[in-house]
Amino acid sequence: MIQANQLRKSYRTKRRRQTTTVDAVRGVDLSVTEGEIFGFLGPNGAGKTTTLRMLATLLDPDGGQAHIAGVDLRANPAGVRAVIGYVAQGGGTWDEVSAREELVLQGRMHGLSKAEAQQRTHAALQAFQLDEYGDRWCKTYSGGQRRRLDIALGVIHRPKVLFLDEPTAGLDPQSRAHMWEEVRRLRSEGMTVFLTTHYLDEADALCDRIAIIDYGRIVAEGTPEELKRDISGDVVMIGLDEPTTRAEEVLKDKRYVLKLESVGETGLRLYVDAGETAIPHVMRELNDNGITLSTIALHRPSLDDVFLTKTGRSLRES
Amino acid sequence: MKLLRDTWLLYQRQLLLMWRSPIWLFFALAQPVTYLFLFAPFLQKALLPMGASTIQDAYNIYVPGLLVVMCFYTGLFAGFGLVAELRMGILERARVTPISRSALLLGRAARDVTAMLIQCALITILSVPFGLTVPLPNLLVAYALLTIIGLMAAAISYDIALTIKNENALGSLLNSIGQPIALLAGVLLPLAIAPVWIQKLALANPFSWATNSVRALFWGSLTDPVVWQGTLIVSVLAVVTVLLSVRLYSRNIR
Ligand SMILES: Nc1ncnc2c1ncn2[C@@H]1O[C@H](COP(=O)(O)OP(=O)(O)O)[C@@H](O)[C@H]1O
Ligand SMILES: [Mg+2]
Repeated sequence: MIQANQLRKSYRTKRRRQTTTVDAVRGVDLSVTEGEIFGFLGPNGAGKTTTLRMLATLLDPDGGQAHIAGVDLRANPAGVRAVIGYVAQGGGTWDEVSAREELVLQGRMHGLSKAEAQQRTHAALQAFQLDEYGDRWCKTYSGGQRRRLDIALGVIHRPKVLFLDEPTAGLDPQSRAHMWEEVRRLRSEGMTVFLTTHYLDEADALCDRIAIIDYGRIVAEGTPEELKRDISGDVVMIGLDEPTTRAEEVLKDKRYVLKLESVGETGLRLYVDAGETAIPHVMRELNDNGITLSTIALHRPSLDDVFLTKTGRSLRES
Repeated sequence: MKLLRDTWLLYQRQLLLMWRSPIWLFFALAQPVTYLFLFAPFLQKALLPMGASTIQDAYNIYVPGLLVVMCFYTGLFAGFGLVAELRMGILERARVTPISRSALLLGRAARDVTAMLIQCALITILSVPFGLTVPLPNLLVAYALLTIIGLMAAAISYDIALTIKNENALGSLLNSIGQPIALLAGVLLPLAIAPVWIQKLALANPFSWATNSVRALFWGSLTDPVVWQGTLIVSVLAVVTVLLSVRLYSRNIR
């Protein structure tokens, strides 16, 4: 649904006759399939917004190509606009108009007739649970309500692809959960959703596939599961009632154990490919050799571990 | 057709916004009304060289200048609204729709001109008790001319706003170009009482021609040559500046 090859963008800023160049995006390749929620994860300033704005025809790429729903981004931006919806990081509503008025105007800006725009507005207010506030002015809305209105505005013309820039930044946990539900509902209606986020849990829980971007380059791409498995696999933590020497003997040559470390006197850390299949093997093996397990736990790497492995920094800190 | 439809659509939205926060009218009128009540009465003597033998005459000379300066300044500060909408992300949102780019600007411009005409009407009505008299046809022609003046000032303001895109810099820049142009147009004091070299300099100022036209109309002479001359000058300039800002705008926001 979205194909991008080597997208690039630099900003030139002039200050006191000195021109500085920021290479915001340095060759981004992306491939997003129809009907998925694709997450673009990266710290602030990584180039997420810049990439998104290029894909949404708002910014001319310095280089590279992209196709959205088969339409060439650079040759036919108007064609791309017809199939996409875009919701900016900061939204974009007037303070002293109501959600209903904004939605009708948005529909009409897309060329709908008044009656049609009103009909879709009615449906959108219900779908996004805004009808209770539909006639209040936007400036009275909570962060979550305002964000839902932003998305409703972005999809009033029923686009095939929706671009969401940081849809839940700054929202409280409840509003975020609500927003995730809305995004999933849009997917279930067949929409392809491309969203940016700097929240690890959002990328993990909401997105079907993600790409991690850092300093304008993609450093990893895949499903959250794949990414996490790729870096280190899972870790099985074992606690014993006895010193670990015997258990180490038993386990160290097993095919599914990639690496083995002892932790203190009676603890063992096993690096394995897939924890859920390794655990039964480990338990049986130890049991057969008469070693008693006191505890066993599975630690799965988080996306932060992925980011750490790929960039040497933690996303939480950057 | 699409341009008209889209412009009308956005003009309606702009009117709605104007209607919902009417405080702008208070700020726009505060200064002209003060001038009207406190300044104008002293002017009869100063306006004698222009033929003001009574207080009514003085108002007939003074009010047109006041209207011109009001349209000029309202227009000149129209760029602020544009920059604010840029900052609020309104234009970003509109840009991903197929709406006409020119309509986005023209809808705003129509709103700004409407605001000017409302101010002009209020000032005219307030001046009647002081003895302002003006034939209706002349008044209508004068309003048409004021519309063009305001549109031109607004277009200049949009051009500058789109170039510098910074509300603070915009404020000081507009103030510093607004003052001399307004003075040279003789809007508050007629240039007939100014030194000759200033009068010559004023000939190069289109707003000066416009002011003289509006004054002639209020003085009752629809056929004074300065009326068509002034109208022609500001019309041509208005077309040029509006086209320029539409182009700048479309390029800016594509
Ligand atoms: N208009 C601009 N002018 C100059 N630099 C910019 C501009 N917009 C973004 N940048 C820079 O480009 C880089 C990427 O920014 P952005 O795409 O907004 O990142 P993100 O959305 O991931 O936080 C940052 O270093 C930012 O400072
Ligand atoms: Mg961003």
